[in-house]
Amino acid sequence: MRIVERLALLLGAARAVRARPEQPAGEDADPRRRALPRDRAAELAVAVLLVAGGLLAAAFGVLVVAHPQTQLLGGVLAAGLACLGAALALASKRVVVQEVDVEERHPPPAEEDERLTAQLRAGTEGISRRRVLLGAAGVAGCGLAAAIALPATGLGPALGHAPNGTPWRRGKRLVDARTNEPISADALEIGSFQSAMPEGATTEELGAPVVVVRVDPQRLQLPADRRDWAPEGFLAYSQICTHAACAVTLFRYPVYEDTSKGPALVCPCHYSTFDVLRAADPIFGPAVRPLAQLPLALADDRTLVANGPLSGPVGPSYWGVEH
Amino acid sequence: MADDPVRFVDERLGAGSFARRALRYVFPEHWSFLLGEVALYAFAFLVLSGTYLALFFSPDVSSRTTYAGPFDELTGFAVTPAYDSALHISSSVPAGLMVRQAHHWAALVFVVAMVAHLARTFFTGAFRKPREVIWTLGVLLLGIGVFEGFAGYSLPDDLLSGMGLAIAYGVALSLPFLGGSIGSVLWDGQYPGSGAIESRLYILHVFIVPAIMATLIALHLALVARHHHTQYAGPGRSERNTVGAPMWPGYALRSLGLMLLVFAVLVALGGLVQINPIWQWGAYEINRSTNGAQPDWYLGWLIGGLRIMPAVDVRVWGRTLIPNPFWAGALFPTVVFGYLLAHPWLDRVLARDRTEHHLLDRPRDHPWRTAFGAAFLTWVGSIFFAGSSDRLFYQFEIDYEAQVRVYRVLVFVLPIVVFLATKAVCDELRRTGAAPLRGGPPTAVRRREDGSFEALRE
Repeated sequence: MRIVERLALLLGAARAVRARPEQPAGEDADPRRRALPRDRAAELAVAVLLVAGGLLAAAFGVLVVAHPQTQLLGGVLAAGLACLGAALALASKRVVVQEVDVEERHPPPAEEDERLTAQLRAGTEGISRRRVLLGAAGVAGCGLAAAIALPATGLGPALGHAPNGTPWRRGKRLVDARTNEPISADALEIGSFQSAMPEGATTEELGAPVVVVRVDPQRLQLPADRRDWAPEGFLAYSQICTHAACAVTLFRYPVYEDTSKGPALVCPCHYSTFDVLRAADPIFGPAVRPLAQLPLALADDRTLVANGPLSGPVGPSYWGVEH
Repeated sequence: MADDPVRFVDERLGAGSFARRALRYVFPEHWSFLLGEVALYAFAFLVLSGTYLALFFSPDVSSRTTYAGPFDELTGFAVTPAYDSALHISSSVPAGLMVRQAHHWAALVFVVAMVAHLARTFFTGAFRKPREVIWTLGVLLLGIGVFEGFAGYSLPDDLLSGMGLAIAYGVALSLPFLGGSIGSVLWDGQYPGSGAIESRLYILHVFIVPAIMATLIALHLALVARHHHTQYAGPGRSERNTVGAPMWPGYALRSLGLMLLVFAVLVALGGLVQINPIWQWGAYEINRSTNGAQPDWYLGWLIGGLRIMPAVDVRVWGRTLIPNPFWAGALFPTVVFGYLLAHPWLDRVLARDRTEHHLLDRPRDHPWRTAFGAAFLTWVGSIFFAGSSDRLFYQFEIDYEAQVRVYRVLVFVLPIVVFLATKAVCDELRRTGAAPLRGGPPTAVRRREDGSFEALRE
């Protein structure tokens, strides 16, 4: 109870009650009052409270990310909001002009407007530390913004912590994406196309789906260090387009090679076109990075297996990704 | 109360003076002023139909169930509850398919009406002082409306939903500096994420965005009423008055009639014209896509930009800094909406015109503005048409790569041609005072003695 009384005292409420001037009786008395507090100490206290509140709110934002301990979070944010609340209450009682005004229930229109405008303009009269208060209010605003914005980063993991791997390892068997059956080299002719997955993986992983195509091994133009990645002309590339994450599901394979464009994988979203003979080099459309290549090998039973991880990052580019 | 309802309401609600003025508010009449009303009523229909759909829809994409509904071709497939419930709405909920299709149609009509309303406002100069803020609110509503539509058709988790979200992920990742982290945070991990993006889009789509839009619409309309409607010049009309039909009784009944007609068209479309048959697209997984897929029309300009953008990245020392989707997916819409937001203030400076305007221009009255607006529409519109190049390839076998190479030139040449042509037409119309759309000056026809006709100019 004593705390409440002191708080009330601090806010000047008690004083206001006690100091109320004697009211002349009768309806026609004019209750209007106007006084300028001119309280420089209170202005400073408001500024200090605003800055403290802003810093505490910002601290809450930092704690959410760095040390999210429930009691600490609640305590710090509550203290910050309490400082800001106290700052506004104190400003209301000790910094801005203290007024009692009268408003008619049905105000006369035009001339009333000018009086209101003048009164509004005079609302900050008598404040001497304007810049300090404005700066402190800015700190408080930034702190509150940080208290909201920083926790928003917790909606998901940051890039470095996101699962960014690929389930492909040396010896991992390729399975048909529809039937989950192993893929036999003898089932695919030259010119065929097949969606595949690593055995046991799900489509929840961006690095899982690959396309398998078979071309004439004589025509391959893979870089020197990938010469043995395509046994018997079998090639596997990540199925996720490096432009905007769509699935690469079109395979252009020319019937008349002399007159047509060469074999290529095409993404149906924006027609990024990748030259399968030259390590999925982008040859048309908006994609800039090649599809990551999966080195293949043939197991003893002539099913396709991975002979290592994918050659690079999968999916669309972002700031800092390896080209 | 029966004796004097106006007085009854006045004394109880204290709304007398406001209500009296509102009910006698004068609406200048012109068909082009109805475009905004059509948008308003489409929004109302979206809220109503969307509320019904939300009673049956589940946004969950983090688990799989086996489909066992009446669409035979999907029987036995592993589907998410989101797709399953959207299929259920389409097959088994009373009026479900009609409402779902009408909701989708209403979204298309909503954005069409907003764009047409924007164009009308642009070409008649209705955005000028004191209505700059009304224009700004309208542009924001258009942008938010496009996002709201995208969020909506991303929800059913059919193949097209997934393809759209994949592209959105690619664009989010392309943002400078923070793109990778923004994508990761929004999707809760690397694409396709944990399913968080769908539940986030859901609460945005059904609550947060509609609430924001309703607020902006209320402000937009309050400011329109505050300044009163604009009007075209005519007998008795000045900068200081508005001439037209009062709200009560004539205009209110007419406008509510328009509302019901809009609803009628939307319901008719929903019942009779198939849209987004999600049971035909099938369920989305990250390794599925289809050729010839198109988004809702209001995203066509972005898909067009993404398609015709040449393969350009900003790269330093073998690392990508600004990936390709940034140009068409982020920079292009920023330029378009940035310009739209800045337009009233640019017009004010360029026309050296700081006065208030309540009488509308005819498009010809400001040849530069009209020509520039037409060129701007042509620029965005030709990029929009470039987005359909896969359909032309897919259905008519017109070479895709050739189309894209032509579009890359056309989107810059056409706006210049349109600018010059529009400017010339405006100047000519101003010079001659002709009114070709109104059929020219009145003409009388007289029958000659021999039975033939001759025209008499009056």
